[in-house]
Amino acid sequence: MEHYIMNLTLKVWKQKNAATKGSFETYQVKEISSEMSFLEMFDVLNEQLIHEGKDPIAFDHDCREGICGMCSMYINGRPHGPWQGTTVCQLHMRAFKDGDTIVVEPWRANAFPVIKDLVVDRTAFDRIIQAGGFISVNTGVSLDGNAIPIEKAKADLSFAAASCIGCGACVASCKNSSAMLFVSAKVAHLALLPQGELERKTRVLGMVAQMDKEGFGSCTFTEACEAVCPKEISVTNISRLNAEYMKAGLSVDNSD
Amino acid sequence: MHDSKSPSGPLERKWSDYKGHCKLVNPANKRKLEIIVVGTGLAGASAAASLGELGYKVKAFCFQDSPRRAHSIAAQGGINAAKNYQNDGDSIYRLFYDTIKGGDYRARESNVHRLAEVSVNIIDQCVAQGVPFAREYGGLLNNRSFGGTQVKRTFYAAGQTGQQLLIGAYQALERQVALGNVKMYSRHEMLEVVLVDGKARGIIARDLINGKLERHFGHSVLLCTGGYGNVFYLSTNAMGCNVSATWKAHKKGAYFSNPCFTQIHPTCIPVTGDHQSKLTLMSESLRNDGRIWVPKTKNDTRKANDIPEGERDYYLERRYPAFGNLVPRDVASRAAKERCDAGFGVGSTKQAVYLDFKFNLINKYGKTEASKQGIENPDMETLVRLGKEVVKEEYGNLFEMYEKITGENPYEVPMRIYPAVHYTMGGLWVDYELMTNIPGLYSLGEANFSDHGANRLGASALMQGLADGYFVIPYTIGNFLANEIAVKPIPVSHEAFEAAEKAVSERINKLMNIKGKQSVESLHKRLGKIMWEKCGMARNAKGLEEAIKEIQQLKKEFWSDLRIPGEINEMNPELDKAGRVADFMELGELMCIDALQRNESCGGHFREEYQTPEGEAMRRDDEFMYVSAWELKGESNWELHKEELKYEEVKPTQRSYK
Ligand SMILES: Cc1cc2nc3c(=O)[nH]c(=O)nc-3n(C[C@H](O)[C@H](O)[C@H](O)COP(=O)(O)OP(=O)(O)OC[C@H]3O[C@@H](n4cnc5c(N)ncnc54)[C@H](O)[C@@H]3O)c2cc1C
Ligand code: SF4
Ligand code: FES
Repeated sequence: MEHYIMNLTLKVWKQKNAATKGSFETYQVKEISSEMSFLEMFDVLNEQLIHEGKDPIAFDHDCREGICGMCSMYINGRPHGPWQGTTVCQLHMRAFKDGDTIVVEPWRANAFPVIKDLVVDRTAFDRIIQAGGFISVNTGVSLDGNAIPIEKAKADLSFAAASCIGCGACVASCKNSSAMLFVSAKVAHLALLPQGELERKTRVLGMVAQMDKEGFGSCTFTEACEAVCPKEISVTNISRLNAEYMKAGLSVDNSD
Repeated sequence: MHDSKSPSGPLERKWSDYKGHCKLVNPANKRKLEIIVVGTGLAGASAAASLGELGYKVKAFCFQDSPRRAHSIAAQGGINAAKNYQNDGDSIYRLFYDTIKGGDYRARESNVHRLAEVSVNIIDQCVAQGVPFAREYGGLLNNRSFGGTQVKRTFYAAGQTGQQLLIGAYQALERQVALGNVKMYSRHEMLEVVLVDGKARGIIARDLINGKLERHFGHSVLLCTGGYGNVFYLSTNAMGCNVSATWKAHKKGAYFSNPCFTQIHPTCIPVTGDHQSKLTLMSESLRNDGRIWVPKTKNDTRKANDIPEGERDYYLERRYPAFGNLVPRDVASRAAKERCDAGFGVGSTKQAVYLDFKFNLINKYGKTEASKQGIENPDMETLVRLGKEVVKEEYGNLFEMYEKITGENPYEVPMRIYPAVHYTMGGLWVDYELMTNIPGLYSLGEANFSDHGANRLGASALMQGLADGYFVIPYTIGNFLANEIAVKPIPVSHEAFEAAEKAVSERINKLMNIKGKQSVESLHKRLGKIMWEKCGMARNAKGLEEAIKEIQQLKKEFWSDLRIPGEINEMNPELDKAGRVADFMELGELMCIDALQRNESCGGHFREEYQTPEGEAMRRDDEFMYVSAWELKGESNWELHKEELKYEEVKPTQRSYK
């Protein structure tokens, strides 16, 4: 692969903390190699800022392999930047060319308040999981792993839903800041497996109630979330969630 | 040396005898006992969830924004278990034996046997939690093979096994949080262990959002804080992985064992330039389906696909016919280095070898699929297409990752790979109960030294993390806590907490007040370079002696010329990193001391002075059949304790994979 060098202008959101108002700052970065990752370009910029005695830009990241879900940058109007099915940490500078201006913002949603610069608080997602995103088994089950065969097609679908990394790009892309794609992925992962069967109703009701409580908006099915999801989680999961929710609501009413 | 507390009696009965006789804590008393779990990777999340379920009051800590993001999430290839679902001759004994042999006879038999025993329970547990493991068409669990074994015992979920296992443990943990049994502190970093009357009774943690120091009491403290591969700067570990938690414990008296036993993984994407912040693993499971080769002629500049079959050197198959591409990691890494050093490397830097999928894509998968679909005499194109489909399902995300990073399509051209730092076998010394030599202080998962000797086999770290957390600690901690039920929670105003917090605060102030010129990153990079060159894949006495001096010098520079921007009482990632790198400097020195002291080659520790005429590692069992356990005595001053290893079951031999 031919590589090249570029100079770029960056407009980055700076915000000291949750209590202060933020604004854009403009930076120039030089001699960026097309082989670098986007975050390595930020490393270069931060080193430069530290050297100049300025404040570096805070951003979340950890694995840099597209799996932990920590990185979260809104790049030129798109969560995780221009590449399909890719987290920011896997985005490489090959996606840009010399002279480009790149605008970088944090996720924006009421349920994800900014902590500093590009870092936001996503603990709302943990609380949604607490509201039912699990199968209630304690450690020490004695049922053999192969006791219940699971149809491969179903297991594969469940796995596809379970590959959500909890990054929150779906929320950031949605004009209503809805968390439906995230919630539906978890509901589908567990509902598709026989182990998850018993808690299907309470799970979906609990998780949706918590989602509303956290201040995420409603889903108007624009499918913007699927388009930006780095794990390409399908919106068919949302249809599945809706069906589960309807069923659960009806049967709960009946039992009252 | 401290007693390893390995139970007596026959190996296969030790664990059940232990469980039958260890002390228990009754449910009413459990509610009065508080446990601190630092780290929520596989080891920590499984421990915190299981202890919460048992009724203990648990506080769990992690530095990421959510427990679901621990480094365990990145594990790719799979998890071992002696289920023998494939009916290919696997058994608990065989898994035990492979692990001991793979570790080059430097692990404790009793611990490893227990690991093999509980491995089967892990799979049952994970399936019950809804972990979507790969399945066969008949609906049963599928397996793949990994290095250092001749059976298929690895369970997996495409190339995302760690993610799926961690999500399972995380969900169990969040369930306990919802029930009020566990309180979770994310974006918190533990910076000190608090000892009261010689026992671990709490920690000092820093809230990474506002920089405030907090005191937390626990009747006992579990460190499940992962490995220290980032001492090399470049590694496959996540950026935040660090040694600080275990190092603080070490400074409070806990022994650090086998620090020089590091694992260099043979199949990682090669370094491209100075900007590089981390290295990316291509799972070992790929070696199962790929063949490793270099050109037979030096400095061959042809493209990989233009080099005919007869001019390729499948050097692993040539040197190790019995295991071929599936030799253990240390062996595969050294073989790659040997070829590159000899001038046969490929790619622009010549520091790479090929990992080629074409052969199996066509022969193994393509042909099976064709026959499944009833296609007779398929042509090449069909075979490649069908093969690709299967490979996509098995490893899709890994192939995509490779393409994003390198810009090359690995379905079309062979991957270029090179060894990189991946895992650390060393860690805090623990006994059979996973307790360090400090009463009440435990260490689980990669953070301890326990099960992998001098080299870990693939797919065994996930197994160990979950074994420790789900199935070992829930029993062994009771044996300690049963004697603590009368101990009332110690108020955090106690002088021990006061003093610990003061020490932490002084250190942070000291770091902030250096106000020098160099960034943490640049100093960390220099440390990494010393470690990689002199304490990496091959080591010798001269290089290690130099490294020790260079690190001491670098440490001085760090403490006199470091620049940390920002303030203490705010989110300040540079400050967080500075504390971690300061600890890496001290650890790096100890690693070199340990490597210098161990005048033999074993597993991942290869001392050039000690090799067979064929260039294989030469162990010296008469002198070095022990676990090194280092006690800190003062700055740059350690005392070595030795835990002799007694092999009752396995007869140590020169490891051979030929
Ligand atoms: C790329 C990659 C692929 C791998 N693939 C496999 C595989 O296929 N099979 C396999 O068996 N193994 C694999 N491994 C190894 C395996 O993933 C790890 O050894 C294992 O996950 C470690 O788990 P752990 O729970 O011990 O630690 P970790 O998962 O590293 O968790 C550490 C935890 O400690 C916390 N922590 C650390 N320090 C502090 C502190 N001071 N204060 C508060 N919290 C702290 C972190 O926040 C985190 O929660 C792989 C490793 C890598 C790098
Ligand atoms: S659904 Fe996709 S975008 Fe949303 S949190 Fe999961 S991985 Fe991220
Ligand atoms: S840093 Fe982990 S997904 Fe990007």
